[in-house]
Amino acid sequence: MQYLCLIYDDETKMDAMPDAEKGAFFAEYMKFSADVKASGHMVAGDALQPVATATTVRIRDGKLTTTDGPFAETREQLGGYYLIEAKDLDEAIQIAARIPSARYGSIEVRPVMVFDGP
Amino acid sequence: MDQLIAAVFRAERARVLASTIRVTHGDFELAEEAVQDAFVAAVDAWAAQVPDEPRAWLIGVARNKAIDTIRRRSKLRALVAAAPDAAEGYAPTLPGAVADDRLRLMFTCCHPALAPEAQVALTLRTLGGLTTDEIARAFLTAPATMAQRLVRAKTKIRDAKIPYEVPDASALPARAEAVMAAIYLVFNEGYAASRGDALIRRDLCREAIRLGRLLVELTARDRPELAGPNAEAQGLLALMLLHDARRDTRIDAAGELVLLEDQDRARWDRAQIDEALGLVPAALRHRGDSGPYALQAAIAALHAQAASPGATDWRQIAALYGELYRRQPTAVVALNRAVAVAMADGAAAGLALTDALADELAAYHLWHATRADLLRRLGRSAEAARAYQAALARVGTEPERRFLSRRLAALAEAG
Repeated sequence: MQYLCLIYDDETKMDAMPDAEKGAFFAEYMKFSADVKASGHMVAGDALQPVATATTVRIRDGKLTTTDGPFAETREQLGGYYLIEAKDLDEAIQIAARIPSARYGSIEVRPVMVFDGP
Repeated sequence: MDQLIAAVFRAERARVLASTIRVTHGDFELAEEAVQDAFVAAVDAWAAQVPDEPRAWLIGVARNKAIDTIRRRSKLRALVAAAPDAAEGYAPTLPGAVADDRLRLMFTCCHPALAPEAQVALTLRTLGGLTTDEIARAFLTAPATMAQRLVRAKTKIRDAKIPYEVPDASALPARAEAVMAAIYLVFNEGYAASRGDALIRRDLCREAIRLGRLLVELTARDRPELAGPNAEAQGLLALMLLHDARRDTRIDAAGELVLLEDQDRARWDRAQIDEALGLVPAALRHRGDSGPYALQAAIAALHAQAASPGATDWRQIAALYGELYRRQPTAVVALNRAVAVAMADGAAAGLALTDALADELAAYHLWHATRADLLRRLGRSAEAARAYQAALARVGTEPERRFLSRRLAALAEAG
């Protein structure tokens, strides 16, 4: 079963981190990615550019509008994701808890919907 | 015959359901339908002859019905001829396996990924004997809202794949804590008689005690990782039994709150107290590292054992609150310790500890009420009156408001 782990961080807090700490944090991410790849749980994963680069797109009454920024203003922003394979929610939670941002921001764990094919 | 089936339904529904959910891979809805069908089938089948093992019969029929449904669904989806056998890997039902199924059910219903109110509702619905309507009435919600809450929880269990398992040793202590928190939430909802129908509230207390007993029974197994949770479950059960033993003396005929020191101890439920006192040593003994429920039970036990308020071992109670504070460093625990110290070493010592909690508890009516009481005992009437007024300004329930008002009036008369 696949779970999408959405990583939310407070960008201002991350920016304020001293360089040495930032480097250690990044190294932790590299290690986590290598670990989940090695254990066979990793399906995909990426980090995202800061929320300042985000654009929200909507079509209303047939008219396209684009706005600067994310859909909702929140204290924590979507900063990346891992798509993982886990046997159940407990295993997914255990893996999500090892994502370095779990200690600073939060990780939203969402099961991926499976459609019954023919 | 109908009466027999009704009795078996009440006694066995949770066990049969727990064992059926295992073959439906955590699909609660499907399992509930299959269990319902099995009991309907029993009405006809048992008219001819009642089986020797009604529970085994029901589990067998319910599982078969669930498996049939799964197979039919598989066919419907036109899967290949070799449809996965849903029953694969399931051994015939052994008594130990049934106990394990109910423990699994408890852990699944109280999974931390479910909201606490959903955990409570699901536990009461599946393991307890309450209907959705009864649960709704107990928690003062509309039946439709409660039904929706249950459906949402069951959907999440299925779609997010919350496992139907006793957690492994590393996760067990924290998960057992969640189960106990849910049971204690049920108990407190019934015990804090601040709102709702009194009779239903009694039901909630009884139901929580029943669930506590069940958790003790289910964790009393030959597995080292269950020893800690079992000790703490005994502590929780003892705590609930001790509180509940005083139920008839907490509120007087006029519906007014009666303080522990003013309660008629002759009317406490002695049989229930004795049962609880039998549990406390085992609850406390676990590796010398007693859990918060065991410590609270030990405190309640000291109150229950005292023949009169004056005969209470306050020094021991203060020490136990100190120990509890080490485990749960909250301001409310510290306030309780301050009250015990005041009883053991005098009001002045208690007041000093209470005043030190001002920053954290200034918004809490019981902090003001405690200060008021200690100031009154020290003869500082004017300050006591101000503290009672501060408590009154923050109090939540009507009986507590009336109690504080009476205290304030008595102070004015004395002054």
